[in-house]
Amino acid sequence: MVGVNPFSLEGKTILITGGAGGIGAAAAKTCVGLGARVILTDIREDALKTILASLPTSSMVEPNLCFTADLTDAEQLAALVDFCPQLDGVVCNAGVMKLTLTQFITEEEIIRIQKINLNAPILLTRSLLKKKKVKKGGSIVFTASAAGVYRVSPGNGIYATTKCGIDAFMRTVALEFGPKGIRCNSVNPGMVETALIGSFTEEQKEKERQNYPLRRFAQPEDIANGIAYLLSDAASFVTGTALKIDGGMTLG
Amino acid sequence: MEIKEFIEHFAEQFDDTEQSEFKPETVFHELDEYSSLIALSIIAMVDEEYGVTLNANDMSSAVTIEDLFNTVKSKAE
Repeated sequence: MVGVNPFSLEGKTILITGGAGGIGAAAAKTCVGLGARVILTDIREDALKTILASLPTSSMVEPNLCFTADLTDAEQLAALVDFCPQLDGVVCNAGVMKLTLTQFITEEEIIRIQKINLNAPILLTRSLLKKKKVKKGGSIVFTASAAGVYRVSPGNGIYATTKCGIDAFMRTVALEFGPKGIRCNSVNPGMVETALIGSFTEEQKEKERQNYPLRRFAQPEDIANGIAYLLSDAASFVTGTALKIDGGMTLG
Repeated sequence: MEIKEFIEHFAEQFDDTEQSEFKPETVFHELDEYSSLIALSIIAMVDEEYGVTLNANDMSSAVTIEDLFNTVKSKAE
């Protein structure tokens, strides 16, 4: 078996949601670098096209593609599913965060965040599996979070709640689709240097950084590497796992 | 309600069983791939496609696919 790299993604077609965001774009770059071709989707059309154009050329016959869609809209979600060919990997990565202390939570905010972070990935997974778009041996990866699943922090209640929901759903899909040869896992980052943490002040970030034994936040590439591992055959016996990638933050 | 269409929906819940195995007289409990998870997906399919709620007893008392079709048909009326 000399020369066989189990971490390779050669020949795999992978759908990535939130493809214009920090982690999504990094995941796309990593996957293509490992030999895959990617289909990127995001609500932000211009940013999506920029990311697609920045990717190296796919080493496969088929090109990398992008598809602009608002996954909270049933018709657009259905159009994306129809657009997708047979997939070896799915990365449900799109998400939003907003810090709100409990006494200021509104129902509108709960619904908005939940639709993007929880309902859309559940419904997308549902449709892809129902239409048998995920191949046997395929891998589904959710971008969950250390928040909710491993720890909570002030002001982050709604976000953490949606990520707990994703954690439970991820494990359920792993259980239901294991017998069909489809794996399902999540990556659970702490703070990542992306636009998503823009609502933190520099002072808050510096203080928060002290909670990280490795004394830095993750770069998007740190999370992308975890996603690529879970998509690869190196993880072929890994399912139902929430992979913490948090620089040791949750240890203390 | 057509049995041909019912069998197509029934077969969609399976991944590894040959399409030719699905006939009105097929004893579906004996299919290798049949499992409690598949039973759940058939119950959900029948609810979605025909608006009929099957219970576990309906599933276990039906021997062939046609038996199940007849149960669904009678409940739909």
